[in-house]
Amino acid sequence: MIRIAKRAKMSKAKSAGIRLLAILLALLTSAVLIVLALSLHPLDVYIALFKGAFGSAYRIREVVESATALTIVSLGITIAFKMQFWNIGGEGQICMGAFFASFLALNFPEMSKPLLLTLMILAGMLGGGLWALIPAYFKAKWRTNETIITLMMNYVALKWLTYLQFGPWKDPNALGFPKIANFADNAILPEVFGVHIGWIFALILVVLVSIFLNHSKKGYEIAVLGESENTALYAGVNIKRTIITAVFISGALCGLTGMIQASAVNNTLSVEISKGIGFTAIITTWLGFLKPAFILVVSILFAALVQGGSFIQTAVGIPQAVAELLQGLILFFVLGCEFFIRYKVVLEKPLFNVRRGTKE
Amino acid sequence: MDVISMKGITKIFGSVVANKDIDFEVRFGEIHALLGENGAGKSTLVNMLSGIYTPDSGSIFIREKEVKLTSPRAAIDVGIGMIHQHYKLVEIMTALENIMLGQKGGGFLRANIIREKIEKLSQRFQLGVDLDKKVYEMSVGEKQTLEILKVLYRGANILILDEPTAVLTPQETEKLFQVMNRMKDEGCAVIFITHKMNEVLRISDRLTVLRKGQKVKTLETKSTNTKELAELMVGHPVNLAINRVETVKGKVLLEVKNLTCVNEEKVQVLKGLNFTIRGGEILGVAGIAGSGQKELCEAIAGLYPVKDGEIIFDEENIVGLTPRQIITKGISMSFVPEDRLGMGLVASMDIVDNMILKDYHKQKGFLINRKPAAEKAVKIVKQLDISTPSIHHPIKELSGGNIQKVLLGRELEAHPKLLITAYPVRGLDINVSYKIYDLINEEKKKGEAILFVGEDLDVLIELCDRIMVLCHGEITGIVEAAKTTKEELGLLMAGEKHQDMEGITRDQNS
Repeated sequence: MIRIAKRAKMSKAKSAGIRLLAILLALLTSAVLIVLALSLHPLDVYIALFKGAFGSAYRIREVVESATALTIVSLGITIAFKMQFWNIGGEGQICMGAFFASFLALNFPEMSKPLLLTLMILAGMLGGGLWALIPAYFKAKWRTNETIITLMMNYVALKWLTYLQFGPWKDPNALGFPKIANFADNAILPEVFGVHIGWIFALILVVLVSIFLNHSKKGYEIAVLGESENTALYAGVNIKRTIITAVFISGALCGLTGMIQASAVNNTLSVEISKGIGFTAIITTWLGFLKPAFILVVSILFAALVQGGSFIQTAVGIPQAVAELLQGLILFFVLGCEFFIRYKVVLEKPLFNVRRGTKE
Repeated sequence: MDVISMKGITKIFGSVVANKDIDFEVRFGEIHALLGENGAGKSTLVNMLSGIYTPDSGSIFIREKEVKLTSPRAAIDVGIGMIHQHYKLVEIMTALENIMLGQKGGGFLRANIIREKIEKLSQRFQLGVDLDKKVYEMSVGEKQTLEILKVLYRGANILILDEPTAVLTPQETEKLFQVMNRMKDEGCAVIFITHKMNEVLRISDRLTVLRKGQKVKTLETKSTNTKELAELMVGHPVNLAINRVETVKGKVLLEVKNLTCVNEEKVQVLKGLNFTIRGGEILGVAGIAGSGQKELCEAIAGLYPVKDGEIIFDEENIVGLTPRQIITKGISMSFVPEDRLGMGLVASMDIVDNMILKDYHKQKGFLINRKPAAEKAVKIVKQLDISTPSIHHPIKELSGGNIQKVLLGRELEAHPKLLITAYPVRGLDINVSYKIYDLINEEKKKGEAILFVGEDLDVLIELCDRIMVLCHGEITGIVEAAKTTKEELGLLMAGEKHQDMEGITRDQNS
C-alpha cells in the first residue's frame, strides 16, 4: 500500500538540492528522447541550447530584452497574487498599456523626447491599471470571480488592437498591409549597453516592489487581506480601497511592459505586442515564490530557455515542436518536484506480516 | 477482558509527534476517561480508533483480534461508534430519518420494523428520544442523545465521546452522565475524552492521562484526586486557585442599551441586550456555545451590523464607527474560536507581523518600522512562554495553544480601556491559563473594563465580579459572581429567567 504523507519542513539546502535534481532529471529524460527520436547527441543539443541563449552579445541582448518584459509583468502579477487576486489578465493589460502609450506616440510625435516618453510611460501604466480596475471593481462590489473576468478581458483587449490595426489606425503608407505606422524616433526608448533602457526599469522595480510588499503599510494590508478578509476587517483595513490600489498597481506594471514593448521592441503597436508574456509571467511568478529577487532570476532563466530553444531549431535542425517539448519537460520536472518537497510517499507493510509476527 | 487494546501507537503529522508509543486498554463495562490538555494527543488517539486516521506504527486489537481500521465504516463494523464534538445530523429531518439515513438494506426502507428496533434500543438505554421530532427543533442535549442512539443502532458497543460536555449546560451534562452509566450497565465500553478534571472524577471508572503525545499513566479513578490529576497532566504541581482582585470600581465605561442584531437569515441573534461595565470590573459572560457571545463581541468591535440599540463607550455612541475607529478609541477584542486562528491573526505571517496587525496604521509615513513590534514579540514570547523557533517563524506552524498566546499577548499588551476577550484559555495548558487570568487581573487593577466570555463556570465564578448569562441571544440574568452557584447559572443558561435582573422585574409568567 502506498500512502502520501505531509513532510516536515525541509531545510533550504535540501529543497534546493531536490530542485536541482529535478532539472537534471529533466535533461536526462530529454536526452533519452533526443537519442531515440532524433538520433542526435544530447550534449550537442544542450550546448547549442546554451549557446543560443548566451553565445553572443546579440543573443544575450535578446535574452535580457525578453527577461525584462517577463520580470516586470511578473512583479505586477505578484502584487495581485499576494492579495490572492488571481490576475490572469496580464495579456490584456499589456495590450491596453501599449494602446494608451501608442496613442500619444502616434499623435504627438513632435513633442520633446523626454516629455513624450515620460507621458507614454504614465499613459501605459494608466492604461494597464484602468483595464485591471474593471475586474477589481466588480470583485470589490459584487464579489465576481476575477480569474474568469481578467482572462476574458484579455481577448477583448486583443480584439481591440486587431480592430485598430485593421481599421482606424491602419498605416495608409503601408501599401495596404494591415499595420500601424512606426513610431517617430522621439517615441522610442533609448538604449543602455545596447539594450533598451527597460532592463534598468526592471532592476529598479525589483527593488521597489520588494520594499513595497515587505516594508510598506499598503504591502502589509495586501498580505493580510490575501490571507483572510475577516482578519483584514478585524484589523480595520479598508478592504475595497486595498483591492483597488493593489490591482491598479498590478495592472499598471503590466501596462508599463506594454509601453516598453511597443516603444522599444516593436517600435509600433500591433496585435503581437504581448506575445503570451502575460501568461508566461504567471509561471515565472509562481516559480519565483512571489519574491521579487527570485522572480528576476527565474525570468532570466526562462527567457534563456526560450531563446535557446528557438536557436536549436536552426542550429541542430530539429523541429520547433521538439524545442517546445524540451521546455515543457523542464517545466514539468521543476513544478513536479514541488510535490516531493511538500509530501513524501510512504510504503506500508501489508497486514498479514504483522499478524504473523505477533503470533510467534 | 480488554475489549480495546492499542499497542505502541505512534502518529506523526509533519514534525509534530501527536502520539508516541502509546499503549491504551479499555474493558467492557467501564467508563474510561482520556484526560489531557489540548494538544496532548487525545483526539488523535481516538481518531485512530474511529478509522479517521491510521497509525504510523503500532497495532490495534479489538476483542483480541488485530484490526486495521482504515475508514469509519471499518470501525463501526467492529462495533466502535464515535460521537464527535460537532454533530453530523440533517437538521430538517426527524430523529428517525436521521438514524435510517445511509443504512444498507433492500430497495425499500421498512420504517415500521426499524422504528420498533430503535424504540427498543432507546428504552433499553433509557435515552428518551422523540423519534418524530425534527432535529432543528432539538436542544443541543437532545441532538447529542440522538447521535448516541444512532451509533448504538449501527451496532456500536464501544462508544467514544469527544469532549461531549463542552456544549452542554450543567443539567444536560447530568443527563448525559446518566446515559453513560446506563451504557456501562449494559456492558458497553465508553471512552470519555475531556480536560475537565471534576467530570472525570465523577463519572469514570478508570482513566488514562496523556501529556505531550505520550501516555503518563492509567489509574483507578477512586484512588486519585484533582490535585494529582492536574499534576499528571501538566507534569509538575500546580496551584488551582484564581483570586478575584478587589478594586475600586470606576465610572461606567461601557453601556449597552437595547442592543439588537440580526443575522443574514434575518433571525434575531441578539435580542435587546442591556448591561453596563465599570472601569476595574470584570463582567463575565456565560452561556451555551452559540447563544450570541460571538455576535456581542463583534458588534462592540464594529464587525457585526447593529440593527437597533446603542453601544455607549466613554459617553459616546460607537454604533456605526469603523472597526479602526473603535480600535483607536481603546477597545480591544479577541475572540478565540474553535479553530484557534479565527480572525485575529494572520496564519502565514510571523509573530512580529502579527503584533502590528492593529497598530501599524498609527505609524507615520509610507513604510512600517518593525523594530518596536519585534521587541514586543520577544517580550510576549518570554512572558507567556511561547514555544517557537524564533519570532520570525510563521505562526501557522506553531501549536494551537502557542498561536493563541500570540493573540492574547498582543491584545493584553495593547492595554486598552475596554478589553473584550472570548474563550481566552480555550485549550490552553493549566499553567498558561492561570497566567492569563493573572494578566487579566493586572489589566483590571489598572482600571480597565473587561468583558470576559468563558465556558468554564468555575472559572467565571472565581474570576469575575458579575456574570451575565446569555441564552438564545437574550440576557437571562446578571448575577453577583460571589453569590451565585453553578446550578443557578445552569438554569439561566438553559433559558430560565432570573427573577430580579438588576432591579428590573421581568415578566414572571414566561
